[in-house]
Amino acid sequence: MKAVISVIGKDRTGIIYSVSKILYESGVNIEDISQTIMQGYFTMVMLVSIPEDISITELRNSLSPLNEQNLSIQLQKAELFDETHHI
Amino acid sequence: MVIFSDVIETINMLEKEKLDIRTITMGISLLDCFSGSADSSCDLIYSKAMRLAGNLVEVGEAIEDEYGVPIINKRISVSPISLAGYETASEYLKLAKALDRAAQDTGVNFIGGYSAQLHKGITKSEEAFIASIPQALAETQRVCSSVNVGTTKAGINLDAIKLMGKTIKDIAYETREESSIGCCKFVVFANAVEDNPFMAGAFHGIGEGEAAVHVGVSGPGTIFSAIDKLKGAPIDEICEAIKRTAFKITRAGQLVGNEAAKRLNVPFGILDLSLAPTPQVGDSVADIIEAIGIEKTGAHGTTAALALLTDAVKKGGIMASSHVGGLSGAFIPLSEDVGMADAVSAGALTFDKLEAMTSVCSVGLDMIAVPGDTSAETISAIIADEASIGVINNKTTAVRLIPVYGKKEGESVRFGGLLGEAPIVPLSSFGSSGFINRGGRIPAPVHSFRN
Repeated sequence: MKAVISVIGKDRTGIIYSVSKILYESGVNIEDISQTIMQGYFTMVMLVSIPEDISITELRNSLSPLNEQNLSIQLQKAELFDETHHI
Repeated sequence: MVIFSDVIETINMLEKEKLDIRTITMGISLLDCFSGSADSSCDLIYSKAMRLAGNLVEVGEAIEDEYGVPIINKRISVSPISLAGYETASEYLKLAKALDRAAQDTGVNFIGGYSAQLHKGITKSEEAFIASIPQALAETQRVCSSVNVGTTKAGINLDAIKLMGKTIKDIAYETREESSIGCCKFVVFANAVEDNPFMAGAFHGIGEGEAAVHVGVSGPGTIFSAIDKLKGAPIDEICEAIKRTAFKITRAGQLVGNEAAKRLNVPFGILDLSLAPTPQVGDSVADIIEAIGIEKTGAHGTTAALALLTDAVKKGGIMASSHVGGLSGAFIPLSEDVGMADAVSAGALTFDKLEAMTSVCSVGLDMIAVPGDTSAETISAIIADEASIGVINNKTTAVRLIPVYGKKEGESVRFGGLLGEAPIVPLSSFGSSGFINRGGRIPAPVHSFRN
C-alpha cells in the first residue's frame, strides 16, 4: 500500500534519522522523499510503500512517539493526494 | 504522482481549515418492510437496517483512519415512513421507535426518513402519520422527520402548510423541557430532494434503489482561507478561488464515497457538496461572506455574496464528481453558525434578510429560534413564503424553525453540540391567519408546463 508521511516540526538534527529508523524497523520502503524549511519549520514529505501485513493504524502507532518530540506526523493513503488535486 | 506542494496544501486543509466529510449517509429502501401489522414492520425495518448498515460506523472509522480525513457523522436515511399506510398515530409511533433502536444499535447519530410527501394532497394514513410526529420526536433520540409541502410541478399545498404550523408548535410543546429541541429534528420542504445526505431532511426517495451510500462534504473554513488570501482582488478571482477549492473538497469526498460504497457493498449514490457550518469558530459561512467584503453578514450585498458563493461551489463540485446531487451549495443555519448568530445579535441580520438569502442559498430558513408565543398560522405563513421561493425559482427550500417554549425576543437559546446557540429572532407582529385558513392548493407556476 502506498502512503504519504508528512513531518512538520522545528528544525533540529536527527529528524530524518528518527523517522526512517522506525520505517526501517517496520519494513516500510521509502520510495521518494522531499524536504524543505518553511518559515523556520522543517517540512518533509515521504512517499512510502507499506508491506501487506502492516496496517496504516499499526504504522501510525509506531510513529506516534515522535509526536511527543514536537513533531507533527501525518500518515495517509497516497490516493487522497492524487484524487484531491488531479482528475 | 504525489507532489510536495499538493501534500502540504491538503494537510493544511485538513489540519488548519477544518476540511471534513460531514456525513456518510446510507439510504435504505424500506418499501419491502411495510406489512399489515406495525409490529411485524418494526421487526423487518430493524433487521434490514442492521443487515445493511450494521458495519457503517466501523467502515466509516476505518476510512477516516486510513486517509486521515475526519468523517464527522455516519447516518441512515430510509423510505418515507408515511408510506407504511397505517390508520393510527400509535402504529406510526411504533415504527419511529424501531428506527430509533436501529440507529442506536448501528451507532449512527441520526436516522432520517420519518417523512411524508404532501405536496399535492393528504391521505388518511398521512394524516395519522402527521399526528404522530410531535410524540415521535419527543420520545426518540435519533429520529429525524421531514415533510414536503410543495413542488414546482404540483404547486403548493396550503392545507399541508396549515397542518405544519400546528405540528411545529406541538413539537415545541412536547419537547419544552429541552428548549423545544424536537423542532431541530423536523424540516418542512418544497422541492425536497430524494438523495440528500444531510439531516434533518434526509430520506431515501421512492425513486431510489435498494440502498445507496451518499456523502456530504463540507468545508467553509477551507473556502474562507482561500478567499482571505485575496484581499483587494476583483470578484472574478474570488469566484475562481471558491470554484477551485470546492473542486478539491469534492474530490476528497468522492474518494471517501467510492471507498465506503465498495466496502459496504452498496452502490455509491451522490456527493452533496454543501458548505455546512458548525458552531466551531472558523467553520462559518458568515465568515466567508464577510471575507468577500461585507462588514457584517446581513448588510447590503450579502445576498449577492451568498449567490456567487453558492454558484461557484456548485461549479467546482460538478467538475469534480460524476454524481453531484442532494442540496449542494451553502447552508445558512442560524444557531449552527457562530458568525450568523453574531450578526443577528449585532442587529445586522434580520429575519427578512435571511428570507432573501434563502432565494440564493442551497436550502432555506434553517435553525432559526423564534418567540415561543408565535402563532401556528404565522409559522405556516413563513413556510408558505419559503415554499413559494422554492417553487417559483425551481429550487429546494426548507424551513426549520424553533418556536422555543417560554422564550421571548431579546433572549437566547442554547441547544448544545452541533446545534449551537442563537438569539431569538423577532418576527412581524402582524397576522396572516386569514390567508392560511383559506386552505386549498396554490396552483403550479406557469413555468412548470414544460411538456
